[in-house]
Parts: sequence; structure tokens; C-alpha cells
Amino acid sequence: AMAVVCVAVVSKENYPLYVKTTVPDSDLKFHYLVHTSLDVVEEKVSFLSEHARGSSERRELYLGQLYPSEEYKIYGYVTNTKVKFVVIMENTNSYAKDNEMKALFKKLHSAYYNLLRNPYYTPGHQIQSKMFDQTVASLMQQSSK
Amino acid sequence: AEIPDSVFELLHAEIVRVLKNGKDGSRSNTELKLKLEEMGYRVGQGWIEKCTKDRAPFKDELDVMKFVCKEFWMSVYNKQVDNLRTNHQGVYVLQDNKFHFFGQMSSTAQYTDEAHMYMAFPGGMLRGALAAVGVNCTVGCEITSMPACKFTISVLPS
Repeated sequence: AMAVVCVAVVSKENYPLYVKTTVPDSDLKFHYLVHTSLDVVEEKVSFLSEHARGSSERRELYLGQLYPSEEYKIYGYVTNTKVKFVVIMENTNSYAKDNEMKALFKKLHSAYYNLLRNPYYTPGHQIQSKMFDQTVASLMQQSSK
Repeated sequence: AEIPDSVFELLHAEIVRVLKNGKDGSRSNTELKLKLEEMGYRVGQGWIEKCTKDRAPFKDELDVMKFVCKEFWMSVYNKQVDNLRTNHQGVYVLQDNKFHFFGQMSSTAQYTDEAHMYMAFPGGMLRGALAAVGVNCTVGCEITSMPACKFTISVLPS
């Protein structure tokens, strides 16, 4: 399996709520990658819903790979509440199956919903929950086994 | 695990009672409505996330409203909205002929004044849920005749 190097949660208004990376001293680089991937997310979401009559209608929250890059594979997912999850993986020769990526995003989404159940969290605020952080850390660790 | 819906009913009634009494004496109805609406808003934001977690993306605004009238209403009040009308220009009227929170109140006009307070939290919940899925709006609450009521959603121009 490939290593997840970055997980980001982006608000409905497209500002970052949470960015976690496993690569030391690369915060800025990954913030930038997440930021540029948002344009692609918007494209995918609006293109598909404009052509909504018929087969190109977006049927799921998982967006698949967002755009090709030399170093990384970047995947996206948008909840019905317009919160975006971006997962960045090392671009090795192997590739992650759709099923595996969907499962990863579903777990992220569950973690986000659990966060909303925390009375100390206000939607739209920075995510500082240790529980959320631990869940993401273990998801990132599991993926590299 | 589902909890019996009477727990929510009881909890809500107690919230209204406690907030009405306030810290230093009784709160005005206006203040009470505002507080209840605020509470409902945050609950709506959270609950809609749960309801839409495993659902396909919404196609359009009408799709959202239909979802609210069916699945969302069912998950909160154990029944669907009885009637949905729209002018197709951003105004939607949701009619519930037997509103869950009026269930134990007498059908005559005896409690109509108090009953309005019981729509504040639900109105807020509706507004919070809609805002979370991208439909910013105002929500008006009206009791037609107990136990029937209407929620009027006016989508704000973006």
C-alpha cells in the first residue's frame, strides 16, 4: 500500500480547518498543494452538477483522483455539507484502488461527524480535537502497511 | 441504536421551561425564541451531517427540500412533512398536520400562545440544517390550527 503523507479538511467556504502531514518541514508545501487542489474540486463538483441530467450526474461524495502530479497522488471527497477532505499520497509505482480510497474517506467522514457531536466544537472553526487527530494519525499509519 | 422519540419531546419541553425561567427571573418571549432558535440551529447543523453522510450529492435546491420533508423530518419527528409547496422562486412552505411537539397539547386553542415557543427550536434546527447544506434562508413558524403548523422557508439571494 502507498503512504498517506497528508490529510486535510477544508471548510465549506474553502479555508483549511485541519492539515496533517507525515513529512517533516513540509507544512507549507502541503498547504499549497491542498489549496491548488480546491480549484479542481470546484470544477468537478460544478461540472458534474451542471450536466446533471443523465449519466454524468455526480452520484457519490468521493471525487477520485483530482489531478496528476509527479510526486504525489491527490484524492478528494466532498460531503453534502460542502466540507472537503483531501488526501495526498506518495506517487509510487503501485496505485491505490478506488475501494480502498473510498473506505479511507468514509472513515474520515465518520471522524468528522463524531467531531460535530463534540459540544466543544463549532462547525467552521479550526479542528483542535485530540480524538480527531489521533483517528487521522492512525488512518495515515494503517495505510502505509 | 434509536432512542424512543418521547425522550426528545420531554427534553425539549424541559429546555423550553428552563430557558423561560432564565437566571434572574422570567425571560421575555422574544428572548426565549431567540435562544431556542440558536440552540436549534447548532443541532440542525450537526444532525444534517449525520443524515446526509451516506447519501448521494443533492442535485438541486428542490432535491434538498424533498429530503428535508422526508428523511430529515422522519429522523427527527418520526413522520414526514405532510405537504410541501413552493413558488419555484425560493419560497417553500412545509406543512405538518400533526406536529410532534404538539402531540400532548390539547387540540383547542388553549395552548396556542405557548405552542409558538415549541416551534422556535424546530425552526432553528431547520434553518441550521439548510444552512449546512448550502441553502441560506430565513424560517418563519406559524400555527395554523393545533396540532397543525407551517414552516415557511425563504431562501436568501446568494
